[in-house]
Amino acid sequence: MSDAVRRTILEWMIFTRVFDERLESLWKQGRGVGGTFNQRGHEAISVGAGMALGPDDVVAPLHRDVGCYLVRGMDPRRIMANQLGRETGVTGGRDANLHGCGDLSLNIIGFVSHLPQSLPVAVGAAMSFTYRSESRVAMNFVGDGSTNTGLFHESLNLAAVQRAPVVVVVENNQYAYSTPLAQQMAVEDLTARGAAHGVPAVAIDGNDADVVYETVGAFVEKARQGDGPALIVANTMRMRGHAIHDGYEYVPPELLEQWEQRDPVDRYARRLIEEGILEQAAVDAIRADAEATVADAVAYAESSAFPDPATLTDGVYADE
Amino acid sequence: MSENFGFTDEAETGNAMTYLQAISGALAAEMRRDDRVFVMGEDVGGQFGGAFKVTKPLVAEFGDRRVMNMPMTEMAFVGAGTGMALMGLRPVIEMQFADFISTAFDAIVQFAATTHYRWGAPVPWVIRAPADGGIRSGPFHSQNPESWFVHTPGLKVVVPSTVEDAWGLLVSAIRDENPVIYFESKPLYRRLTAAVTAEPAPVAIGMARLARPGEAVTVVTYGAMVHEALAAADSIGGDVVEVIDLRSVKPLDLDTVAVSVAKTGRLLIAHAANRLAGVGAEVAAFAAEELFTDLDAPVVRLGGADVPVPFSPPLEDAYRPDAGRIGAAVRELLEF
Repeated sequence: MSDAVRRTILEWMIFTRVFDERLESLWKQGRGVGGTFNQRGHEAISVGAGMALGPDDVVAPLHRDVGCYLVRGMDPRRIMANQLGRETGVTGGRDANLHGCGDLSLNIIGFVSHLPQSLPVAVGAAMSFTYRSESRVAMNFVGDGSTNTGLFHESLNLAAVQRAPVVVVVENNQYAYSTPLAQQMAVEDLTARGAAHGVPAVAIDGNDADVVYETVGAFVEKARQGDGPALIVANTMRMRGHAIHDGYEYVPPELLEQWEQRDPVDRYARRLIEEGILEQAAVDAIRADAEATVADAVAYAESSAFPDPATLTDGVYADE
Repeated sequence: MSENFGFTDEAETGNAMTYLQAISGALAAEMRRDDRVFVMGEDVGGQFGGAFKVTKPLVAEFGDRRVMNMPMTEMAFVGAGTGMALMGLRPVIEMQFADFISTAFDAIVQFAATTHYRWGAPVPWVIRAPADGGIRSGPFHSQNPESWFVHTPGLKVVVPSTVEDAWGLLVSAIRDENPVIYFESKPLYRRLTAAVTAEPAPVAIGMARLARPGEAVTVVTYGAMVHEALAAADSIGGDVVEVIDLRSVKPLDLDTVAVSVAKTGRLLIAHAANRLAGVGAEVAAFAAEELFTDLDAPVVRLGGADVPVPFSPPLEDAYRPDAGRIGAAVRELLEF
């Protein structure tokens, strides 16, 4: 990994953190619309995995992957406007927070609340690359909760049978809403769920951006070379509630304290400083830049109009 | 009605084309025309060619790449079809039986149907779903689940009743930018033939067809029930009964219904799907709201009973409307 790549990863992780903190404050101030989802704890996965893709690769990220949308080129103004239900948002007020924030010009597929539904869609995108003999890879994020669904297994099986060039990243953040892993599944090692379908699987530290970037990148290249699908279990911790309204009192505070010591953003900044790649002043400058850009995104979103009710039925169908 | 509804290979039919051959022919024609068009589903490929052999003629010409066998995972392969459609391909997804489409429900109604409204990306797939009963196949091989999808914004739903429409609606469905569910009628597969000399023309989705002109009663129907309505009309004779074949149940061509009812003043709707909250209920509600002053009699609906489709012949016959029941209802309407 070059210094430039690592610096870029740090910039996007700090940006994601600042964006998330701003979302939290907006909602606490009553300026939010509907609900939203925190990103805290997921920055190394969303940024590291997103950065590991090539420009023509396709990704189907979820609601804690704002970092991935950003590194793939989605304008923070559009994302913030979507959070606030404005016509300038990615979905023009059609869908909430990060839901539905797809954009084929950026090779991003939007998701629905039935989260594992994105997985077969990503598998299908990968099958289309095989169909057309294109050297492209698809990537999908799923949560630990989704790995319990039949669709997760159906999709991994289909990807394996088709040798589809798809990389599946499990964001194992220990909780599906309020339900801890031990009440969700009897397996302790989620990679077993890849082995069950003949899909190579590896578990990694999802709070280490270097590890995420290098592991995902290696599997992306293997998929591109024709090795078929892979499953990467990125272990992390959801450091806030399921959604902004959730006080997460069901999470033991000592568990959060343990994971706080391994905060992906602070840890990465410290590492790059220790390795002499940049200085604290540069980190501070990155943060200041991010705060200015996020402030601009908020101002843009809040000054954008809400969608015109007269457009209610527009766009249900293509070509009409 | 033939008991052999298509599990065996197609017999030579000379110049006549069966309903089933029209489906195969339209698929082949579109696959020749456009490399983006391909078929995926359970048992569609290899030497087998599908439970009803619709895709069997395609395998030799187009190979495994374009006639793709899928594992028994309807939800996953419909989702995969959505992914392939988003990437610009034109999947034609075969449900082995329409009854199994519920297994893929989320992939259809939550993901595919909502995508264009939410983020503007078209999902141009077709699901071919062999539907309908009357052929002694029991509760899970006889269903008509179109109402679930009529109730879902973002989908189009078509139900061809003729050989020409089987071809023409499938061509239009494949070329459509939206997800289209194409319910083909199993009882018509080999029973219905037409002398077709040239490739049938595409049929626009959302346009009803005047199947038989008449003056005194409008019968609105679709799918295999069209033929029961035509038989009822013939038994009554003359130009009494007008039969409207909806062809598309989403969108519904209510203008054609309105024109007919303005002439006849009487409306009967018949379909094999459950009467309760079926397509007929929507047409009847439209008539109550918009055609009140044209009506000389109450609107009548005939549909399947609110029970699972039963297997044994006397039970299944009691479940579904047929020409006799449609004829009797028409006579009652005429006497009102």
